[in-house]
Amino acid sequence: MKLKKILPQIITLLFIILIFGFFTMNAQENMDTRGIEFGFGFLNKAASFDIQFSLIDYDGSMSYARAYLVGLLNTLLVSFIGIILCTLLGAVVGVARLSPNYLIRKTASFYIEFFRNIPLLLQIFFWYFAALRALPMPEDAPLLLGSSFMTIKGLYTPAPIWNNFDVFMIALIISMVTIFFFNKFAKRKQEEEGIQYPKFLISLAIFILVPALTFLIGGVSLSWSFPVLKQLALTSFTFDGGMGIPPELIALTLALTLYTATFIAENVRAGIQGIGKGQKEAAASIGLTPNQVLKLVILPQALRIIIPPTTNQYLNLTKNSSLAAAIAYPDLVLVFAGTAMMQTGRAIEIVGITMATYLTISLAISALMNWYNKRIAIQEK
Amino acid sequence: MFKYVKQLTSLVAMVAVLFAFTTETMAAKKSKTLKNTQKKGFVRCGVSQGLPGFSNADAAGNWTGVDVDVCRAVAAAVLGDANKVKFTPLSAKERFTALTSGEIDILSRNTTWTLSRDADIGLTFVGVNFYDGQGFMVRKDSGITSTSQFKNGISACTNIGTTTELNMRDFFNSKGISYTPVAFEKADEVVAAYDAGRCDTYTTDKSGLAAQRTKMTNPDDHIVLPETISKEPLGPVVRQGDAVWEDIVRWSLNTMIEAEEYGITSANADSMKVSENPQIKRLVGAEGDMGAAFGLDNEWNLRIIKQVGNYGESYKRNIADTGILPDRGPNNLWTNGGILYVPPSR
Repeated sequence: MKLKKILPQIITLLFIILIFGFFTMNAQENMDTRGIEFGFGFLNKAASFDIQFSLIDYDGSMSYARAYLVGLLNTLLVSFIGIILCTLLGAVVGVARLSPNYLIRKTASFYIEFFRNIPLLLQIFFWYFAALRALPMPEDAPLLLGSSFMTIKGLYTPAPIWNNFDVFMIALIISMVTIFFFNKFAKRKQEEEGIQYPKFLISLAIFILVPALTFLIGGVSLSWSFPVLKQLALTSFTFDGGMGIPPELIALTLALTLYTATFIAENVRAGIQGIGKGQKEAAASIGLTPNQVLKLVILPQALRIIIPPTTNQYLNLTKNSSLAAAIAYPDLVLVFAGTAMMQTGRAIEIVGITMATYLTISLAISALMNWYNKRIAIQEK
Repeated sequence: MFKYVKQLTSLVAMVAVLFAFTTETMAAKKSKTLKNTQKKGFVRCGVSQGLPGFSNADAAGNWTGVDVDVCRAVAAAVLGDANKVKFTPLSAKERFTALTSGEIDILSRNTTWTLSRDADIGLTFVGVNFYDGQGFMVRKDSGITSTSQFKNGISACTNIGTTTELNMRDFFNSKGISYTPVAFEKADEVVAAYDAGRCDTYTTDKSGLAAQRTKMTNPDDHIVLPETISKEPLGPVVRQGDAVWEDIVRWSLNTMIEAEEYGITSANADSMKVSENPQIKRLVGAEGDMGAAFGLDNEWNLRIIKQVGNYGESYKRNIADTGILPDRGPNNLWTNGGILYVPPSR
């Protein structure tokens, strides 16, 4: 009886091992006959190519491993910005879809239908090539907000120059920890004694005041480096100083955000509509204000419906960021599975590493969202 | 009765197998690629995704170019028909994997011959069909006429996965100029971005610059700077480990170049059979036994010259007459002041 249960599983397992073994042996044999070696030694060799945009110190004399890190960080950067922006935009549009105002409702659904139904790669090309062409050359760029320039070569903004930045960061962390404990304290007070504090206002005050204090007594100071127009040749200009954000990053973020936000908006709408009308009416009947109804009754339940499909969208956005290669944004695929693979010829190793990296990122996002989902799930008492 | 039928069929099968083995030539037995090509009936050739003069498809899907002609020459030699080629357009990134994985049998895609490519990744370069060097293109109205006028902060558009990226770094580093590389996966996107003004300069092989210039909105608004910053010998590549196939591709290319040296063209090749010069006679299959070593017949080289033409004809048709690079420069025969010099067919 027991054997009957286990045997099919053992056979399946053996079968899987056999298939993997076959492919590994096959690859090994083919590589042997073609004189290709397998190994990760190349990661320590000098990369000898430069990368347009890097969050860490990098130049071509550093190793392929370092180039991998640059690509990975660029992928994480665009994914992180994209996830934040598409969540905000998706929430707003999702709520707008349910607005009683005809114009707002229809605008939101038009936006969703339009951006959801055009292939993402096409949208990336549109933002990069069509929108880019419309931007002015550096020498013609108008001043934005008194100190920035939006040009065909990118967005140039003032760059902050910090003194004692570490003190500022420590203060910021302290303020956040304080806010966390204050909220815990306020919640207990309310549950035990029914005293209510203006939680949001006090938190905000701590968040602003504590770091601000470091400017007065911590020796922290901040100055700005402004972008200055520089002539390269008769008709060729660029900006010196300040912070340059490459147009590739802007186009990619725009495309990813606008595309993914449509799906999140639909999740949000589904989540809100999924809550029975009775819940809202019952909450109102016990005297909660509309704000409290939303915050205490509707949202906690809606989130349970919204989070799981939204996690999928976060994963999609991260994986879709690999389309960056088409517009020269130096992400993991362009830098590592592109240039590095070409220069070393180590296709199997590099594709393997890249796949494992995306898998790890996706699983990490998944784990984080599952943890959050569990936290907001109904807790049976 | 049935018993006999069974025995008879197995006997026939055995004889057939034996016969198949004995009729195979020695060379074909040694070269798996040649055998497969003859079985399939076409040469599998990897080319670029569109580089005028080298490998470019017209609206009807007909490929032309000097790189394309190398594959056509091999098809003429091996299969007797220069049109029996299946072209696979490849990006710079895909090309070597396509070759080593066996998807194509010849890579003829303006590929630079370097030590690490030749020695490290299972490839063998068989020769050079175009001597090139990396250069820079700038907008004419920028007033830049030499790379010595480049300044810190210049941005340069290029392709990923090419020697270009490495040379560019060497060049700017040696001059002490800080620069921003903007590297795209496909050439068309590099051209579009540079044309839009994203970059101050566009860098790749000079032949590539000349060819891509024709794709700009206003080709006359751009100039190629005179400096050449690298050696880029471009040539066909085969997989490592099939020496006979390697020889066939090498000598197909050599035949085209040598035919030009001896004045044999597609028009006069047949009449050259009665030439007095034994070297010419060998090149048109009228003397010696030049094909046997490859497992080919004796007129393999005659077919190349008749169907594809000699190197000079190919260059004129694809590169000079299209206005890409009318001046042959180093790609002239050694007898005409160039550096094309191939070993003799004998």
